[in-house]
Amino acid sequence: MKPGGTAGACAALVRRDLTLVWRRRGDALNPILFALMVVALFPLALGPEPEQLRRIAAGIVFVALLLAGLLALDTLFRSDYEDGSLEQLVLSPHPLALLLACKIAVHWLTTALPLIAVAPLLGEMLHLPVAVRGVLLLALLLATPLLSLLGAVCVALTVGMHRSGMLLALLVLPLYVPVLIFGAGACNAAQAGLPFLAPLLWLAAALVLALVLAPLACAAALRISIS
Amino acid sequence: MNILTLWFHKLGSPPTFYRLAGLLLPWCYGIGLLLGLVALYSGLVLAPRDYQQGDAYRIIFVHVPAAWMSLFAYAFMAANAFIALVWHIKLSEILAMASAPVGAAFTFIALVTGALWGKPMWGTWWTWDARLTSELVLLFLYLGVIGLNAAIEDRRQAARAAGFLALIGVVNLPIVHFSVTWWNTLHQGSTIRLMGPSKIDAAMAWPLLLMALATHIWFFGSVLMRARIALLQLEGGKDWVRKVALDEGAAGG
Amino acid sequence: MHEITDSDHRPALLQAIGLGFARNDEPIFGPLDFALHAGEVVLMEGDNGAGKTTLLRVLSGLLAPTSGEIRLHGAPLRLADLSPQVALLSHQGGLKHDLTALENLRFAAGLHGQRKGISPHSALAAVGLDGYGEVLVRQLSAGQKKRVALARVLLAPVGLWLLDEPYANLDRGGIELVNRLLERHAHDGGAALITSHGAYAYTSGTPRRIALRAQAATGAVR
Repeated sequence: MKPGGTAGACAALVRRDLTLVWRRRGDALNPILFALMVVALFPLALGPEPEQLRRIAAGIVFVALLLAGLLALDTLFRSDYEDGSLEQLVLSPHPLALLLACKIAVHWLTTALPLIAVAPLLGEMLHLPVAVRGVLLLALLLATPLLSLLGAVCVALTVGMHRSGMLLALLVLPLYVPVLIFGAGACNAAQAGLPFLAPLLWLAAALVLALVLAPLACAAALRISIS
Repeated sequence: MNILTLWFHKLGSPPTFYRLAGLLLPWCYGIGLLLGLVALYSGLVLAPRDYQQGDAYRIIFVHVPAAWMSLFAYAFMAANAFIALVWHIKLSEILAMASAPVGAAFTFIALVTGALWGKPMWGTWWTWDARLTSELVLLFLYLGVIGLNAAIEDRRQAARAAGFLALIGVVNLPIVHFSVTWWNTLHQGSTIRLMGPSKIDAAMAWPLLLMALATHIWFFGSVLMRARIALLQLEGGKDWVRKVALDEGAAGG
Repeated sequence: MHEITDSDHRPALLQAIGLGFARNDEPIFGPLDFALHAGEVVLMEGDNGAGKTTLLRVLSGLLAPTSGEIRLHGAPLRLADLSPQVALLSHQGGLKHDLTALENLRFAAGLHGQRKGISPHSALAAVGLDGYGEVLVRQLSAGQKKRVALARVLLAPVGLWLLDEPYANLDRGGIELVNRLLERHAHDGGAALITSHGAYAYTSGTPRRIALRAQAATGAVR
């Protein structure tokens, strides 16, 4: 007996996670503040010359968002693991991969999307050329879901651990390397007046692949680490 | 049961493996050391000087086998991790986790010797070339596997989780290599290109191949050694371990 | 032996055959043989560390047993088939503290489905928390949280309840409530396996008991 079936379960999960984020909406600002501060550090370290900042602006924005996303990853399964609702999720009659995909989607919506929204501001702080802004946003829209999906697999592997922060970074960053290269690479190519479509298409292709495979891998990893 | 399956089954049982590995171990280390010394002597002393690089090229006899081994060890680890995850074979979990630190050591050697070679040849310790970057990411992957394995208390669960990560790395590594290659073509003007593999003289080739053989044999020696110890720790409460402890205690006096 | 003879003819709702679980190759429990028939409440007793919680996690399908097998209605099954047929009440309770009691139950109903003839509202009333529906779970007492978790079990459309220490944190009225719920569940043809370290117990009728001993290689079944 499954009133509503799998779709209903996914909807219930999405509604629950959105409600939870809303009840703690103050926390949602933290990644944004972190990214702002990281970006603010670069002019302080490198000097205020607009020419120099402009050259590396896209890369810095990318790295700042990547690190902010990395910090936010920890909240993906942490509270669910601690209060036992993760095992209820595993015990549900619905495909775990699908439920996890919903969780990852909500997590992306509530952590990465606000970061993308402030990306133009971050770019402005570093004098990013206006022409590149569109490419940056497009690259971020393709890259951040990819980062969330890849990160979720690693979080699932470390979910039962206390103080997993450093280890999580060690597991996640090698996986982030190609995403960073293509994402920031597209922006740099656009800035240099070179064709930038190819890396964006590679990102899109990787995203499609990850959308299918990462939730499955995440479910498998989760089953290993809650055993 | 088919003879081969039977053989695998027997080999996979911890006491049999422990005994067999114990027999193989001195041979692995002995032959590995002997071949390594011969290869080193013939590489560093007997092989002719390179007409372009002089004697500096001789680091190749350490660097290239180490780089090969870094990939071979990863493949060995990933294959064992795959077997462990699919068929839940305890011995494969142990072998996979035993090869991680050895592989990481070879990767580290490859990176360091590469940097030492790079300085006189290209005038820089490091360049963000696809091969170098992939090797660096490979080291991080090894460290991630080792770290994850160490962080989980239950040994078997740790091996499964770390093995899963190793398999993800198999997918990741070619992508990293590809992405850095693409990235390099974008930056072509500012980066130093690795020179293509030059035709290698036979007098230089055979010490290289000998060294590669020696490192493989040495690798298996190290893995068997580590696996034996891990097996003793994992199966500490079992009768066969007690017997081993008593026997070796008696032999030791 | 108090078992009704006809229950031996039907396949048991849940049957464990040589079931064992080991961590780091040290046995946590088992090998264990027992059967649980429809309409039966079985009390599992054991000291701390005897493996009660682990056994429930194995029976719910969260953990793969190291040895032995589990049969449901007489058929051997894969872990994936197991979990939709059982409701697990674990120590943590599985409740979101930032949601109200009703929101938690609605989510559970969405995730696991809902038993016929019962709603999140009536489940909450059945555990004596009428009027607490709109209160955040974090503002409830430990005993009240336990009751909400019990309401979640009540709501699930499953025949088999696995309750880990359902009496913990409950007052006398709560203990009686648990017993009443178990009785009704058994009467309706369900079955339950509950753990207890012995202080409180299921008292109506004479429940069958399974004793788990700490680090023992055998679990005796009476």
